[in-house]
Amino acid sequence: MFDRIPAQTLRLLILLAVFAGVVLFFAAVIDGYLNARLFNRISTSVAIIALIATGQAFVVLTRNIDLSVGSVVGCVAYFVGGLLALWPGMPPLAVALLAVLIGAGFGAVNGFLVARFGLPSIIVTLATLAIFRSILVQSSDGASITTDSLPAWVPGFAQANAFTLGELQLRWMVVVTLVVVLAAHLFLTRLRAGRRFFAIGSNPDAARFAGIDAARTVFLAFVISGALAGLAGFMFLSRFGNITVVAGLGFELKSVGAVVVGGVNIFGGSGNVIGVLVGAALIDLIDTSLVRWELVSEFWREAVLGLLILAAVVADALLSRRLMARRRRAAAGAAAAAPAIGEGRT
Amino acid sequence: MSERGLAGRLRAQLASWEGFLLLVVVLLVALNAVATPYFLTVQNQINLFQLSIEKIIVALVMTFVIINGEIDLSVASVMGLAACAFGWLFQQGMPAGLAVAVVLGIGILCGAFNAFFVVAVGLPSLVVTLATLIAFRGMARILVEDRGIGGFPDWFNRLGQQPLVGPFPMALLVFAVLAAVAFFVLQRTAFGRRVYFIGLSREVAAFSGVDVGRVKAAVFVASGLVAALAGLLYAARVGSVRGDVALGFELDIITIVLLGGVSIFGGVGTVTGTLLSILIVLNLRNGMALANITGHIQTGVLGVLLILSVMVPTIRGWAARLFGGGEAVR
Repeated sequence: MFDRIPAQTLRLLILLAVFAGVVLFFAAVIDGYLNARLFNRISTSVAIIALIATGQAFVVLTRNIDLSVGSVVGCVAYFVGGLLALWPGMPPLAVALLAVLIGAGFGAVNGFLVARFGLPSIIVTLATLAIFRSILVQSSDGASITTDSLPAWVPGFAQANAFTLGELQLRWMVVVTLVVVLAAHLFLTRLRAGRRFFAIGSNPDAARFAGIDAARTVFLAFVISGALAGLAGFMFLSRFGNITVVAGLGFELKSVGAVVVGGVNIFGGSGNVIGVLVGAALIDLIDTSLVRWELVSEFWREAVLGLLILAAVVADALLSRRLMARRRRAAAGAAAAAPAIGEGRT
Repeated sequence: MSERGLAGRLRAQLASWEGFLLLVVVLLVALNAVATPYFLTVQNQINLFQLSIEKIIVALVMTFVIINGEIDLSVASVMGLAACAFGWLFQQGMPAGLAVAVVLGIGILCGAFNAFFVVAVGLPSLVVTLATLIAFRGMARILVEDRGIGGFPDWFNRLGQQPLVGPFPMALLVFAVLAAVAFFVLQRTAFGRRVYFIGLSREVAAFSGVDVGRVKAAVFVASGLVAALAGLLYAARVGSVRGDVALGFELDIITIVLLGGVSIFGGVGTVTGTLLSILIVLNLRNGMALANITGHIQTGVLGVLLILSVMVPTIRGWAARLFGGGEAVR
């Protein structure tokens, strides 16, 4: 019966089952675990990481990787914070747009180096991770952005609710992220321009023969990744207010983790941003919940996170191999039963 | 050997990446020596090596990993875990000598853990070692939490901090021995040829009867062992350990190796290239420190260098077009 369900949907269902299992597990071992505060806290921090991970997914789909996103988040949070301190009167929408544009600019640097010169993305973004961070350190001169220097609406945005249902609060930040993820999902699955990302990732040569401009698509993927990291940088500024030169450090690993746990193939060509959203939520859920579990100390978070990513990748690899083998057997069986029809396929 | 043959070979050597690196090294040493008279003293050179000794030791084994067509992002976390495990074991009352042996065993286990998922399960090493980068670091933090552990025995600290033979501290001697071993194994043994062969084409190597899995496993285990050794050297040099020991070192280590001409796609590179690259990075950092350029910016400059180093074929192409004809592009 599982053969009827597309592999991507099956993956998503399994991921959701794991998510539910983890919630039940923590609900069983932690007193008063299931409450509105848990939802409010996790949804706000997922909003930031899910944005970055969605951008990362575009890049990974094209068989690349963007390790510079953490530095982009830090740079954008810092620069936008600095600009707001200089001109507090900037309209909010313009500020958000500015953050997206600065991020897209960083992404364009990565995209240009990777797509134009055909350099390996892991090296380019490893280098820009360091370069962008050093730009931040150089221009900040060690000074920090503080909440006091920001207009009141900036920290206010992180607290603002779109709707509340009893104790449950859905912050505007979360709504923005959900809209972005949904838009990315529709773009990737429904539009021709979106399918190109999959084509490049699953078979670059075939995609080129089909007339797809590989360089342009890869460039675009990095720009999208930078732009979403920029938007995340603005949210980061809004949520934390105090920004130092280490802001966003380590987000590259978390975002790659969310992408991989969310079922995007690290070799490109397959994946789903809804899965990435669930992956980001799962990672954050475990991260936040372990702190409250009395049996382990908060210092267990990283070890568990690393092993979780590994487990997700192993499960994914085994599952897709089994699916492939079963389908091949089914196809072979059909071919044997009806040689006249089966001959055309291999 | 004829005169022309020798000159031709010399020219070929200089035109190679190693030759270019050598030129850069000479240039940097000259600039540093002009900038300060203290630069060329033996003590300054030793200090220079000593400050980055853990990174450059791991760069040697990373050369094998990347030529083999894989990557090991977890080395810095293994270093951190090794240092913290040593501190923890010592604190629990284990004699330091025994703890050193146990920690080296932990390094081997870490490498074998990576190898299992890459070789037996068949996952990409980028993903596996990304996960273990987080996991091994997490284990280090479980062991020491947010404390620092110090007060190691005198002999242990002395080995890390004081000269052992003449003016040379133990870590530098370890580096020299490992560099010689790395050069011999990679450049002169059948195992070394297999490392290249697998990096060039895993399939062809497998069909030619090379036991791909065994070579890859050996390389990952060596990586874990050497990283653990580097972690111990760090603990001895600094005299105490914390959860963030060697945090982020993997970037510097990989930068050194790639700058040395090792291809990220595998199959290409030499230990000589890595050694020259080590000299460049150390001299560059020394020069930048003299010019009052701080750590983060130094890393940024290395990032620019890293991009330039992978763009070399492209730059050569531009030069060839600009000067019309000339040397053919590689």
